[in-house]
Amino acid sequence: MADLQWPPAANRHLIGKSISRIDGPWKSSGTAKYSYDMNPPGLLYAKMVTSPYAHAKITAIDTSAAEHAPGVHAVHLFTAVGKEVTCEGQEVAAVAADTEEQAEDAARLVRVEYDELPYLVADTDPTHAGAGNFRQNSEETQGNPTQGFQQAEVVSEGEYGLPVITHCCMESHGSVAQWDGDKLNVWLSTQNVSGQGGEYAQGLSNAGINFSASNLHVDCQVMGGGFGSKFSADTWGVAAAVLAKKAGRPVKLMLDRNVELLVAGCRPSMHGKIRVGAKRDGTLVAWESQSWGTGGVRGFGVPPIPYIFDIPNYSRTHANVLTNIGAARAWRAPNHPQMCYLTMTALEDLAAKLGMDPLDFFLKNIALTGERADYYKQELQQAAEMIGWKQKWHPRGDKTPGSIKRGLGLSIHTWGGAGHQGFCRTTIHPDGSVEVATGSQDLGTGTRTVIGIVAAETLGLPLEGVQVEIGDTKYPPDGASGGSSTVGGVTSSTRVAATDALNQLLAKVAPSLGTTPDKLEAAQGQIRVIGDPSKAISWKQACAKMGATPIVAQGQGGSRGPGRALISAGVGGAQMAEVSVDVDTGVVRMEKMVAVQDCGLVIDSKTAESQVFGACIMGTCYALHEEKIMDQQTGTCLNPNMEFYKLGGIDDIGDIVVHFMTDPMYENRGVIGLGEPPVVSPGAAISNAVANAIGVRVPELPMTPDRVLAALGKGGQA
Amino acid sequence: MRPFEYGNPSTVAQAVALLGPQWDEAAVLAGGTDLLSLMKDYIVSPKRLVNIKNIRALGGVREEKAGLRIGAAVTLEELYEHPGPLGRYPALRTAIEGVSSPQMRGMGTVGGDLLQRPRCWYFRNGFGLLARNAKGQPLVPGGDNRYHAIFANSGPAYFVCPSSLAPALVTLGASVRLEGPKGARELPVAQLFQIPKDANEREHAIAPQEILAEILIPASAASTRNATYEVRERQFMDWPLATASVALRLEGREVRQAQIVLGEVAPTPWRAEAAERELAGKTLDEAAAARAGEAATQGAHPLSRNGYKVQLVRVAVQRALLAAIA
Repeated sequence: MADLQWPPAANRHLIGKSISRIDGPWKSSGTAKYSYDMNPPGLLYAKMVTSPYAHAKITAIDTSAAEHAPGVHAVHLFTAVGKEVTCEGQEVAAVAADTEEQAEDAARLVRVEYDELPYLVADTDPTHAGAGNFRQNSEETQGNPTQGFQQAEVVSEGEYGLPVITHCCMESHGSVAQWDGDKLNVWLSTQNVSGQGGEYAQGLSNAGINFSASNLHVDCQVMGGGFGSKFSADTWGVAAAVLAKKAGRPVKLMLDRNVELLVAGCRPSMHGKIRVGAKRDGTLVAWESQSWGTGGVRGFGVPPIPYIFDIPNYSRTHANVLTNIGAARAWRAPNHPQMCYLTMTALEDLAAKLGMDPLDFFLKNIALTGERADYYKQELQQAAEMIGWKQKWHPRGDKTPGSIKRGLGLSIHTWGGAGHQGFCRTTIHPDGSVEVATGSQDLGTGTRTVIGIVAAETLGLPLEGVQVEIGDTKYPPDGASGGSSTVGGVTSSTRVAATDALNQLLAKVAPSLGTTPDKLEAAQGQIRVIGDPSKAISWKQACAKMGATPIVAQGQGGSRGPGRALISAGVGGAQMAEVSVDVDTGVVRMEKMVAVQDCGLVIDSKTAESQVFGACIMGTCYALHEEKIMDQQTGTCLNPNMEFYKLGGIDDIGDIVVHFMTDPMYENRGVIGLGEPPVVSPGAAISNAVANAIGVRVPELPMTPDRVLAALGKGGQA
Repeated sequence: MRPFEYGNPSTVAQAVALLGPQWDEAAVLAGGTDLLSLMKDYIVSPKRLVNIKNIRALGGVREEKAGLRIGAAVTLEELYEHPGPLGRYPALRTAIEGVSSPQMRGMGTVGGDLLQRPRCWYFRNGFGLLARNAKGQPLVPGGDNRYHAIFANSGPAYFVCPSSLAPALVTLGASVRLEGPKGARELPVAQLFQIPKDANEREHAIAPQEILAEILIPASAASTRNATYEVRERQFMDWPLATASVALRLEGREVRQAQIVLGEVAPTPWRAEAAERELAGKTLDEAAAARAGEAATQGAHPLSRNGYKVQLVRVAVQRALLAAIA
């Protein structure tokens, strides 16, 4: 009988190796088809009419001119007269026409009248936001903060903050919708292939269209990034289906880049006034913070700080400032980058005030990190060795002559990453071919590849011996890809299904090998007797013995399935950054990042490493460039484009070195998700490196030249 | 994008005849890297586009006795492929390299670089070139002006001249030839730019019925030591935050004459005359370059969020001067 447990390291042929993603050639050759690329015959293009105001009441909508415009086949309203819009870019109407240009022109013919209402779009503190524009949470305390600060011999105070940024998916949100009688096919760019039925049924019902979720077919073979912003089909997803129904033709509705940046992704800001105190020997004793941030008109929760370090005495308050900007969506590790940034920068400032190397300071207090203290300690030491911390670190302010100053910074982070619930079906055909199918999705992370690796490893086959099918509701449902839950979900469901299928095969084959199934194993393309490889038949010969009916097994994944022993949750990581700063221009360059991460058993070290590369790049972008810039005078976003909503390019990214902690103590935890954790630390690590280089803290991200020069006293008001 | 007529002339005269006396009647289409974006965003909606890419007379890079003649429709990439002449104008070469997108260099033209519209985000968001709200009040002084002008910014214009090549061309004493219904006229590049006094004026001194035909860099510029220094937040595809182009006539290390022109800090390319005076007759070394950088900031009046640009001017001038003599 095949064992469900992960094979020990010595018996792994694929798991943990560096394997190129199986859909790589498909993508790099341009043959992979994204939602945007779907052009069924008769396709119409839809464009949206959105609110130009940050806050207004709709007093009139007249679609008649748009309905009669050339090429127009259908118009859909998202809202109605008398309703309010609460941010610029909010959906009002959509128009479907023969060409994209006709749809755009017709959308501009939809006449909407508004009564403007007061708005707040500025990312400001509660005092400046004004009464009614924020929700203040009551103070939370631990220990005795007053006494804690009395014990403190050194106290550091500062203000720190990072702005609202957006998800900036390379592929904008949207879908192509096509009706086939009562059946609805959607090519939806989504992080949640299996979870769309309810939303479509409800949305279509609201539009007066009777629809059963069982008639929904979602197809998403590849998608161009979600980062937490693409769980829902969204109103525009449903609108494509409504327009397609009205027009009797398929409809493509992908968001324009400006609307994408306005309403389809928002990571809340977070700012805070922080005091933190330690004894002279570096022992952390007290923390006090008043923080605030904005994530749109509904707020976004209360991120608790200090992050990771459980300082014995603390007092904290947080206010949600309610602004008329596109609503918050989960952004890769929701709230963690913000909490990490505020905490790790404040701690590094305290270390500087203590005259301590921040690495020593973190290690001195490592017990405050709780159950993963040993992990953090090892990870910090590993990262320090890789970046040459002891050789390169210097006290604040690089004293080297010239305008270029270099510095080192560090940070640690955590995340859960438990596998989600889901199902996988493994089919072994009489000809020896194998199909592994699950209604999961590959956001570009390598999901398809890790499913194939697990199935092939389990069945003793090469990777190309299994065919992986995902991204379609015709397969067994899988959970949404959020919170680093996918790899744990799909590897456990796949392992369970493949093991079950294999055991069925072993049972059929055992008699012909003159033994019982428990004495057999699948390895190297054979079914063979354990301990006696001479008694073996090839995989193909074995499968030929099953008869005409394929073997089918379905496996449940996640913490409630039989594969729960295969996965777990809770990771740590340490990152160190080296930067150079031109102190005459304020230009910062990330020269090198070292990312040390544990995530349990690594399935594919290559795609895992790519995940961390991506996170470090994304983190460098929000550390140095990204900011959604709102104009309080007009309620308008000033940079809803890729020209002034700045992301780093190839020349702006330094070296990135990734290391996974894979000793047995880490690996024995099973598979844990990796998507979120490595993006948590870069803002803090890079900020700390800049402070180390130039001798002062640049308190607000992104660290653009104006802010760096202001911190250096060279720039006037930033 | 509104529907438009499309003219595809093969001579300058035909092209001029297709233009109209008002700006909204017709627009000249060269590389289209700026114009098409403006049209797609409904910032401009000309009734007719006049494609000039098929006019042979607007192409070509020629070295003549008078200097280097660059057809206005020559792409930045084509110009960059003339390493001989560009070797004498490093100020210009560096400016072209600053347009770091191969696609932009491949499509964008020299004339288009000079005549592109400002990147001011109020203008690009539909608040007009002078960035005013519905009541006619200016938005820049009380708004986010981090990328706006620090010189000549007392209104009504607050935007900065976006041309990457203009500071270098002005420094080198280049001129342009404009062709219109009444024939040709020549203008120094410096005079191609103007500060609009009201909403009816443009930021260029070209008339709606004129075509920018050619840029001439005088032969005399080849004997200057010249350089450009740009400060940019990102190395990849980003507008400079401040640019300085310099051209120096030296005797040994002594500066006989200096031309210093700033970019991205005023509604036009901005002559730093105080810095030029500061240098005249001086030996150019690090200290003199720093003094010139300081002098270049004379007259700067930063707005609420762009005080850092004063520092960038200081550094850009200093570094451009040192690059010129390196």
